[in-house]
Amino acid sequence: MNTIDKALGISAQALGMRSRRMEVLSQNIANADTPNFKARDIKFGHVLQSVADNGLRATASSHFSVAEESPTPGVMYRVPFNNSFDGNTVELNIEQAQYGQAAAEYQATLNILENRVNGLKRALRGD
Amino acid sequence: MSLDRIFSIAGSALSAQTVRMNTTASNMANASTVASSEGEAYRAKRTNFKAVLVDQARGQGGPVTGGVQVTHLLSDPSPIRRMNDPGNPLADKEGFVYMSNVNEMTEMVEMMGASRSYQNNVEVVNTARLLMSKTLDLIKT
Repeated sequence: MNTIDKALGISAQALGMRSRRMEVLSQNIANADTPNFKARDIKFGHVLQSVADNGLRATASSHFSVAEESPTPGVMYRVPFNNSFDGNTVELNIEQAQYGQAAAEYQATLNILENRVNGLKRALRGD
Repeated sequence: MSLDRIFSIAGSALSAQTVRMNTTASNMANASTVASSEGEAYRAKRTNFKAVLVDQARGQGGPVTGGVQVTHLLSDPSPIRRMNDPGNPLADKEGFVYMSNVNEMTEMVEMMGASRSYQNNVEVVNTARLLMSKTLDLIKT
């Protein structure tokens, strides 16, 4: 199991992060008409940094693996270009664009993962 | 896996926008309702949205994680118009009937806003569905 995890590399975790970002953006879009709602976003660089710096690591064989559902670092409030009367900072056009970008990034990560899976399969088949 | 959570988030938005559209339809339908006193006159209704916090949703154990909900309906406080119409069976002693305070223009704008938000959330669901099925294709041969 561990070997497969290693073979898939960072892509599997990255895919989880990408889908987490899409979730945050979809929350923004869902709350586009909610008074006083503050739009949020995830910065990929911050997440990567926090994983590299002080992420929990299994240093002994008896350690449990870190739960996938732990609160994601790097979630920040977005600074709006224009203020609105009701205190809502969701700018729908920007959110749509960001959501589209997040979806494209998800697909890119998925493609990399797909290549790795195909490589593994070929190795297992041995032809 | 948080892609599946997008469905419940966007779903909560879809139902909230539906309530908003229903309210607008009800306001439009009652635009020319008259009453015999100011207290009985129809007042336009407005929906009030509130974000569902993720922790709150987890505590309830419900399927909604961090979406939106309609907390309550507000009545429009703008003044009620009075019209002199002695022939109307609802007229009071002085011959006045009380109109509703629905403004059709405001309702149209509200309806358009709700419809656009609804469409946006449908797009969100579509994209998430597409990506989810692509992810599932990963394990296919």
